[in-house]
Amino acid sequence: MAADSSIKILIVDESPIRAAILQEGLREAGFTAVWHVSEMHNLLARIYTIDPDVILIDLENPSRDVLEQMFQVSRAVRRPIAMFVDQSDTASIEASVDAGVSAYVVDGLRKERIKPVLDLCISRFNAFARLQDELDRTKSALEERKVIDRAKGILMKMKGLTEDEAYVLLRSTAMREKKKIVDIAQSIVTAAEVLK
Amino acid sequence: MSATPLRIGFIPLVDAAALVVAVDRGFAREEGLDITLVREVSWSNVRDKLNLGLFDAAHLLAPVAIASSLGLGHLKMSTVAPLTLAVNGNAITVSRALHAAIMAEATGEATNPLTTAQALARVVAQRRQRGEEPLTFAMTFPFSTHNYQLRFWMAAGGVDPDNDVKLVVLPPPLMVDSLVGGQVDAFCVGAPWNSVAVDQGVGHILHLMSDLLVRAAEKVLALRLKWATNNPAIVAALVRACRRAALFVETPEHREEVAAILARPDRLDVSPEIILRSLAGRLKVSPDGATRASDRYLLIGRQDASRPEPVQAAWLFAQMVRWGQVRPTREALEVAKAVFRPDLYDTAVGGDRDAAAPAPDDGIGAFTGPAFDVDDVEGYLASVGIRRPFSG
Repeated sequence: MAADSSIKILIVDESPIRAAILQEGLREAGFTAVWHVSEMHNLLARIYTIDPDVILIDLENPSRDVLEQMFQVSRAVRRPIAMFVDQSDTASIEASVDAGVSAYVVDGLRKERIKPVLDLCISRFNAFARLQDELDRTKSALEERKVIDRAKGILMKMKGLTEDEAYVLLRSTAMREKKKIVDIAQSIVTAAEVLK
Repeated sequence: MSATPLRIGFIPLVDAAALVVAVDRGFAREEGLDITLVREVSWSNVRDKLNLGLFDAAHLLAPVAIASSLGLGHLKMSTVAPLTLAVNGNAITVSRALHAAIMAEATGEATNPLTTAQALARVVAQRRQRGEEPLTFAMTFPFSTHNYQLRFWMAAGGVDPDNDVKLVVLPPPLMVDSLVGGQVDAFCVGAPWNSVAVDQGVGHILHLMSDLLVRAAEKVLALRLKWATNNPAIVAALVRACRRAALFVETPEHREEVAAILARPDRLDVSPEIILRSLAGRLKVSPDGATRASDRYLLIGRQDASRPEPVQAAWLFAQMVRWGQVRPTREALEVAKAVFRPDLYDTAVGGDRDAAAPAPDDGIGAFTGPAFDVDDVEGYLASVGIRRPFSG
């Protein structure tokens, strides 16, 4: 289905990478009127200028409350804006909140027109979260290896062991104490620092 | 029997103390509850996650619980408050420049809110004459006590909050920076942010909101009505755990421990010293070190603060009507009042009342204007002065 290029979409996101992923996805799907705002100052002025039909905002962004206020006062200033087209559609709201994205939709925009935008955002947000998760895991694995290396170094120096022997000692201690190798390594590093 | 797992959202503020202490000091565990506290960045998030069932309960602005039940601003979701987490606790902080301007115009005791509100009206008029930008006041949410209290104060001095000044929403952690940067001239927020501004030497605490109102329900423990109805035993256990924690928080010997718990990085993540000041009700109000003490600045559990009083919900509803947020109907008033559930509280804690708690005649104790009348909200509003019609 050809996407609705007339829908104006504004992405409010402080993460430039995620915003780019989202923007790219929307463009690929044929939504060409897409803007990104990362700067929270003058958010309202930007929204008034762009006058979007849909505003997508990351749930970790505290400026969500600022938008809520805008929708309260917008009656007087602009045409009404409401969150989501249809209050009965809690399933898609839940899916989006779960994924970490919130959408504000100009009242009167039909649900069929907005559904593909929302679905795409949810899948892109989920993809980004998976990426982030992988990155965090890689980072912490790297940190763990550093700690183990330092503990091995300390054991080699203090007990005159080879690197392999030091690792075997770490591993057997961890097994005996029913702990992770990194935890044993961390206590050795801490102890060595205290005793320095 | 294994403990009941619950997910509860909160915003990092001192008035979440009863909830945080209930979990971190083990009161919840003793009631058979295994609570995971989730720190959130916006009231919109807390509200949405509660309404959608991602949270079982939440630390919530009292007016947001009412707005949800009325379907204002978002999904309509019947919400109940079986316990009040805090009464009072807000303050108005003004920039050094605005403080000087108000003091220069004040013709009486500066602790009198009417004096400062009238002085503000003169400052506003002078700025207009000089062709200067209107003053900007920040608060936390359209449906917030901060919004209503700020409006109540300035309107008493003749300042129209919608036409004479700019009233904007700012996330509390950004308020101090915005005062420094000059984007706002004043803000109304809860602890610890007023104290943070004073400590940084960028603002003065002009009023404790308890100067304006003797008793104002601030945060509630909010639950979906349907969930509460289906889980009465869990609700009672949760209320008891929070009530016990609230009394623990209020015991002066425990303050240091409570401040240390709240100060943790995954809770409020601010210095325990600032939290301690809020708990003790002794605030540094000026960068020069002047302090003010109030025995009602922030009530977490003492003076019967935990018991949700429907008159408080009615007063908040009256503010929503006053500022044109809701269509004033008898039914809507009843919906609002029914959010506050003293019956659920009494069932859980069994008649734990403080007979010595000071109670204003009308339940509110405003510094000015007519006494609040829960049975005649329209009559009350007819004589409050500035107000907005509901515009749909």
